[in-house]
Amino acid sequence: MKRRLTQLVLIIILALLVLLPWITPYFYIFIVTEILILGLFAASFNLIFGYTGMLSFGHAAFFGVGAYASALLLQSSEWPLLACLVVAVLTGAALALIIGYFSVRLNEVYFSMLTLAFGMMVYAVVHQWRSVTNGSDGIAGFQMTSLGLGLDLTLGNPSVYYHVVLAIVVAATALLYLVCRSSFGLILTAIRQNPERVAFCGLNVARYRLAAFTIAGAFAGLAGGLMAPFLRIASPELVHWSMSAEPVLMSILGGTGYFLGPFFGAGMFVLLETWITSWTQAWMLVLGIILALMVMFFRRGVLGTFLDWWLERK
Amino acid sequence: MTQPTLQISNLTKRFGGVAAVNGISLDVMPKETLAIIGPNGAGKTTFYNMLSGRMVPTEGRILFEGQDITGLPPHRISRMGVSRSFQINNIFNEMSVRENVEVALTAYRGDSRRWANIASRNRPVQDQADALLHQLSLSDLATKRAGVVSYGDKRLVEIAMVLATQPRLVLLDEPTAGMTPDETHRVTALVKALAQTGHYTFLITEHDMSVVFDVADRILVMHRGETLALGRPDEVRAHPEVRKAYLGDTDEELVQ
Repeated sequence: MKRRLTQLVLIIILALLVLLPWITPYFYIFIVTEILILGLFAASFNLIFGYTGMLSFGHAAFFGVGAYASALLLQSSEWPLLACLVVAVLTGAALALIIGYFSVRLNEVYFSMLTLAFGMMVYAVVHQWRSVTNGSDGIAGFQMTSLGLGLDLTLGNPSVYYHVVLAIVVAATALLYLVCRSSFGLILTAIRQNPERVAFCGLNVARYRLAAFTIAGAFAGLAGGLMAPFLRIASPELVHWSMSAEPVLMSILGGTGYFLGPFFGAGMFVLLETWITSWTQAWMLVLGIILALMVMFFRRGVLGTFLDWWLERK
Repeated sequence: MTQPTLQISNLTKRFGGVAAVNGISLDVMPKETLAIIGPNGAGKTTFYNMLSGRMVPTEGRILFEGQDITGLPPHRISRMGVSRSFQINNIFNEMSVRENVEVALTAYRGDSRRWANIASRNRPVQDQADALLHQLSLSDLATKRAGVVSYGDKRLVEIAMVLATQPRLVLLDEPTAGMTPDETHRVTALVKALAQTGHYTFLITEHDMSVVFDVADRILVMHRGETLALGRPDEVRAHPEVRKAYLGDTDEELVQ
């Protein structure tokens, strides 16, 4: 019964998202595109945080290099967008493999600090390597060519690009969901609860952590790859450590215990930011208060708290 | 001559100046059930921690089926066929009972379908988990959250996870600690039945002497990290020093 209802709600949300350009003001197409991209970014982060129990403070590195990969390719080649996104995914995964190789062996705060340090290093490289990244100006002014697969779409049209983002994010989310529900995902959950016991079951915990970290990096790279064409620029801010904080905040806001929690958190984050900044400059103050209340009273997040209550109910 | 399952020579673990385990040497033969007894602080758990890879020995060597496993990480030792349970329940409380067993089974079967495991739940593993739970009479609890089942049932889940990795050498650390007499009886019967299948070699630490004398082929008595006695139950029972140091001279029950 509840399962049916959940499916129904998801189908309705999906239908509304598809119809969005026809039912909301133009402005909201931009808002929801951003929510979808940041939601994927946060969901990729939650694979290592909520599922595997590793708090990474360097996740923007993979998001950022994905953004730069697609921006640079769109600028310098005639490649279709989908091909650029494939490269963004591979770049994110490759960087995550390297950073993860050194980080996953460490536990808790040491892991967090090392990922933060690596994130800062990647930011420094992106910021300083002017000949490739154009320094603080970033990569801008690239043309949106074609999507690929022989589809003739005007990607420059925000409403078209919105639908492209929606399709890709939904597909990626479905894939990520399968990973979370798989035998592999089960082991990740077990590692969060009790890594030592997993080792005594004969599993190499470091290798599973590295695999999770790399997969998360790939999905973050994809989100970054979608972000650059949306913003029409890949700038160092996308790699900055403050960008690494966003998926952490979104996951906590939405709830790390449910798969869609980070998406929900991304939605709240972006909408609150939009609404609150329209009447006060102190958006960060309000966000801070909300987060403090969440952590003190609703540790399971907004979606998490609601679903906990609803699923427990008869 | 058959090769011993476990050959331990001069095994020693020092913490600072204190030797928790001091120069233990011992061979365990295949299909044997060896009980390890000794007062708290005798070094039994440290001994297990070295055998299972949780601690690296200060000195000495451990051979499992002729292969040197001294100082290997826990997952390697587990993969080779040595599995242990824990004195304090050490399971995945937020997952279902079946999922707990699945994790342990994945290690053993993992390689065969590794790539598919990333995107789907491994069916054969689920079926095997159900079979194992049935064997331990835990089927009714399969979908219950492991954290909410009774203490005794958690101890059984712990044992199910140990068996799931298909070990040839099983290290049980006080499997009946804190159990009701009924549950203790269940575990004792289980260990005896498993020993009779001839698939396993058991090491078992235990405080309950009736369990020890019921299941053990041989008994190692540890005292302050050293071997106080090693022999068949009747030999150990009659050993004057064991009676003095551990069993207590006045314990009439044990003499009978």
